[in-house]
Amino acid sequence: MEPLQIADKIKEKFPDEVLNVKEFRGQASVILKKDRILEICRHLHDDPDLYFDYLVDVCGVDYAGKKEKRFEVVYHLYSIKHRHSVRLKAEVSESAPEIDSVTAVWDGANWHERECYDMFGIIFSGHPDFRRILMPEDWEGHPLRKDYPVKGTEKEWPGFKAVLNRAKRFKEFEWQE
Amino acid sequence: MEQIEKTFETRELTINIGPQHPATHGVLRLVLTLDGETVIKCTPHVGYLHRGIEKLGENRTYFSALPLTDRLDYISSMNNNVGYVNAVEKLFGIEVPERAKFIRTMAAEMGRISSHIIWLGTHVLDIGATTPFLYAFRERERILDLFEALCGARLTVSYPRVGGVRNDISQEFLDELYAFVLEFPDRMDDYETLVTENRIWKKRTVGIGVISAEEAVNWGLTGGMLRGSGVNYDVRKHTPYDAYDRVEFDIPLGKNGDCYDRYLVRMGELRQANRIIKQCIEKLPLGPVMADAPKFTLPPKDMVLKDMEHLIHQFILITKGPVVPEGEIYSATEVPKGELGFYLVSDGSGKPYRMRVRAPSFVHASVLPKLCEGGLVADVIANIGSIDIVLGECDR
Repeated sequence: MEPLQIADKIKEKFPDEVLNVKEFRGQASVILKKDRILEICRHLHDDPDLYFDYLVDVCGVDYAGKKEKRFEVVYHLYSIKHRHSVRLKAEVSESAPEIDSVTAVWDGANWHERECYDMFGIIFSGHPDFRRILMPEDWEGHPLRKDYPVKGTEKEWPGFKAVLNRAKRFKEFEWQE
Repeated sequence: MEQIEKTFETRELTINIGPQHPATHGVLRLVLTLDGETVIKCTPHVGYLHRGIEKLGENRTYFSALPLTDRLDYISSMNNNVGYVNAVEKLFGIEVPERAKFIRTMAAEMGRISSHIIWLGTHVLDIGATTPFLYAFRERERILDLFEALCGARLTVSYPRVGGVRNDISQEFLDELYAFVLEFPDRMDDYETLVTENRIWKKRTVGIGVISAEEAVNWGLTGGMLRGSGVNYDVRKHTPYDAYDRVEFDIPLGKNGDCYDRYLVRMGELRQANRIIKQCIEKLPLGPVMADAPKFTLPPKDMVLKDMEHLIHQFILITKGPVVPEGEIYSATEVPKGELGFYLVSDGSGKPYRMRVRAPSFVHASVLPKLCEGGLVADVIANIGSIDIVLGECDR
């Protein structure tokens, strides 16, 4: 199916949820409200004509100061059977950065959503194992936000000192007593 | 029985593997809960090699973000470069000359051989066979020597460029590569003799780490992991890029989705990669290796040194970056590990507004609990080898 046809099908089924459809270089993006994302994803996964069985990727984008709602959660879907793809974008505001998890539909969303939380601070409700993934668990801030400095924050990560101390202790250890 | 259990009190044991462990292929850390030798729970911890490549990419122009992609999957940096430049070209909307397409396809398949061969060596070494490891590095060395002849670098190549490749290839290089291609099938036969029907090898891999086709798709697995379960999905066939639609190759498929089938699939891929390189050398067309799109590609270096206009052009492109249409694209390529995707968002400036890397190793590491739970501790090692992850790509 052509990308725009897929977008039309989603629009037909969920007319109130679709905010906009954009096409660029032959790829369609469907911009959605976040509230019924799980329902939409389940429909896309189960519908025999669409049959998006493969969730390629989930990631966040920070549009600080550029858009009314600061974050977007971007889903890339692909159907191995029909060989077509679509991109869903759910708008998430800064004041309530929360969206439903789609792990119930695709198991593969698990780590992608954890990473999205780690990097942007978007909370995925209904996620089975929700914690940071790439950064240390006691890290402050979310590095891929646009207001996070590239060189890191002034404040040092408290875990760093603990690691140094431990390394020092190991150095002082006498192997032959 | 009850009496025995009362006498010998049993309890679950939690052990830690990694991050510094030779069998975890990098800095992967696993926390295992064991009941005797059986794994009840497996929790992977990643992020020890997180360098913030996505964040760094947002602060560089499209050209200078290229060397960052070398550092993703450092075993097959050529494939990452090809994936990245394909994404950027799609965003810019430029067409690459035929010759460059063939050279890239050839280089990418060389990268696939070098990556799969290191996977083969380390995977069988983990399970206990030392000999193929030593042989495998001999072949990898030859590929790396060829890379050196091609572009001067062995590991972090940065050879493809936005709009083509950095330099044209020489006849000596082609002759040497062709000699390698003719010899390689015999080497493959050697490995297969050593490993494929080996009784110990089969005992350790057949029926280990099984994942069904539906589950594999649902978990988002790609590459050898997915095809080992019998799902025919290969980016090179589904959405062909570069010259993959002009060469013939088969997609090896597994059946049972266990470690052994994944092994067979990757061995098949090695032979197919060799076949693709051979065809590329034979079909290599003549012509330029850089696209004629002065607004989006860097001018040739000799012209920059001689000509004022080109110098200014180079200066503008390097400092400000090109003027890119606003938009966003997702572009996927098949790297040795699976599907490597780049999601680029452009806001019209010379730098990507968002550079997302969809790393196959990250997804494959996430499926590790599914493969390991219920199996034995020794099988965890077989599974780690079989999923073929590189932590540089997983943590980015």
